[in-house]
Amino acid sequence: MIKFLIHYGSIHLQNFLGAFGRLSRQPLSSLMTISVIAIALALPAGLRVLLNNAELLSDAWEGTADLSVYLKMDVDEFEARRLAIEVESRNDVSQVQLINSSQALEEFRTYSGLGVALEALEENPLPHSLVVRPADGMKGNAEELVNELELLAQTAFVQLDTNWVERLRGILELTQRLVDLATALLSLAVILVIGNTIRLEIGGRRDEIEVVKLVGGSDGFVRRPFLYLGFLYGLLGGLMAGCLITLSLLLLGGPANSLAALYDSNYQISGLTLPETVLLLGTGAALGWAGAGLAAVRHLRAFEPT
Amino acid sequence: MIHFENVYKRYPSGREALKGISFQMEKGSIAFLTGPSGAGKSTVLKLIALIERPSRGTVLINSQNTSRIRRRRIPYFRRQIGTIFQDHKLLYDRTVFDNVALPLVISRLQHREIARRVRASLDQVGLLQHEQQLPLGLSAGEQQRVGIARAIASRPELVIADEPTGNLDPALSLEIMQLFMRFNEVGVTVLIATHDLKLIDRLGQNQFKLLDGKLMNGLDDSLGIATQA
Repeated sequence: MIKFLIHYGSIHLQNFLGAFGRLSRQPLSSLMTISVIAIALALPAGLRVLLNNAELLSDAWEGTADLSVYLKMDVDEFEARRLAIEVESRNDVSQVQLINSSQALEEFRTYSGLGVALEALEENPLPHSLVVRPADGMKGNAEELVNELELLAQTAFVQLDTNWVERLRGILELTQRLVDLATALLSLAVILVIGNTIRLEIGGRRDEIEVVKLVGGSDGFVRRPFLYLGFLYGLLGGLMAGCLITLSLLLLGGPANSLAALYDSNYQISGLTLPETVLLLGTGAALGWAGAGLAAVRHLRAFEPT
Repeated sequence: MIHFENVYKRYPSGREALKGISFQMEKGSIAFLTGPSGAGKSTVLKLIALIERPSRGTVLINSQNTSRIRRRRIPYFRRQIGTIFQDHKLLYDRTVFDNVALPLVISRLQHREIARRVRASLDQVGLLQHEQQLPLGLSAGEQQRVGIARAIASRPELVIADEPTGNLDPALSLEIMQLFMRFNEVGVTVLIATHDLKLIDRLGQNQFKLLDGKLMNGLDDSLGIATQA
């Protein structure tokens, strides 16, 4: 039994090495085929990596999203201070900062560029407001808090600063769909490219196939070298796709870091993880095997010896 | 070993290659299949190797009815038969050794056993010193002998050959035929299709004379008709 397994294994190893030999005999055309496969794999995989980055980023933002509670104009500062302490004592709130109306006006003057125009106002039009930071673990779950804050008698309205994050999420979800679609189409492209390459290979080795069949080679024996060739094309394509993605991320890394620095963030762009790399290589190899299998089933039967 | 019973073969093109032939070959015998081109010699061999199937009638090989062998089983059936072709059908990108080893690799023999049998076969056809050469570096006669070595490497009980001396001069042809006779002496059943009547007359063995898809045995002048046509 063990002997049989060793023998069986050696047949597959031979086929695998044979496929390597075939590729290396025509290095240029093999390289071109592998590049096409690599690009077709790198596009969806790379987009996926970018999407993951965007999702991590939006999660991070959502986690720290604050609520702005604008109080009614008739609430005085003392009342606002008392309310701030009350709200801060809630379990689902980690911190409350009071921004009184004069502070708000000061900020507004500084940042809006309307300084001179504001001089013309007789009195401060801004209310006191509370900046409420939800407790950790409240991510995406701040609805209830918003509702209760809105019900307070002193509240004019509550602004959830995560609105735009949610819009971003919507866009990301749509993008995710598009990437899924691109993945499906490009996977199909990889199957077709490999299938076509294998079809040409089968055509070029017609005589050999005929001879092998004449001396008693089974369909499996005839098919196996082509399956391995497809497998290898896919695997090497996946490997090259991984390199392309890593290289692209390195190129993006610098600008991304300086952008993050502008936002006072130490965000680091994340590349392919180990499981993702394995998945990429595995997908490439599986698609290669499938494409070669399709080509072999379709074309090998046609070459019955005559 | 070979038993044809009222066998007809009509090709999809409509050509009737065999029109009801019956013959038998005992285990361990040797015979020639003669007749002009188009008489149906190749068709008989193709029916034996299951490259074609009969339109009507039965072909028994080693008591197996070939009509009952399914497509998937054909490779395994073919491994019992050594087949030799006029155009050698060698793989020209592989060495003589690898060519002869092919049927053994297909049958999943161990490496050591393969090497042993390949060398034994090459020794029998006198090509042992050429095992690492490519077939194109050999003469036509030597290439044919590589084909023969490949056919006998798996030690089949039955060897069939289609015009094995078709492209060879008389001296080489005789050499090849004597090779077949030697296989026969050790018990291999041999059937050779050829139109080289002079050579066969010298060898003096059984003949099945085919003409226009029919067997002409028993007619004294069949030889004359066959050569004229």
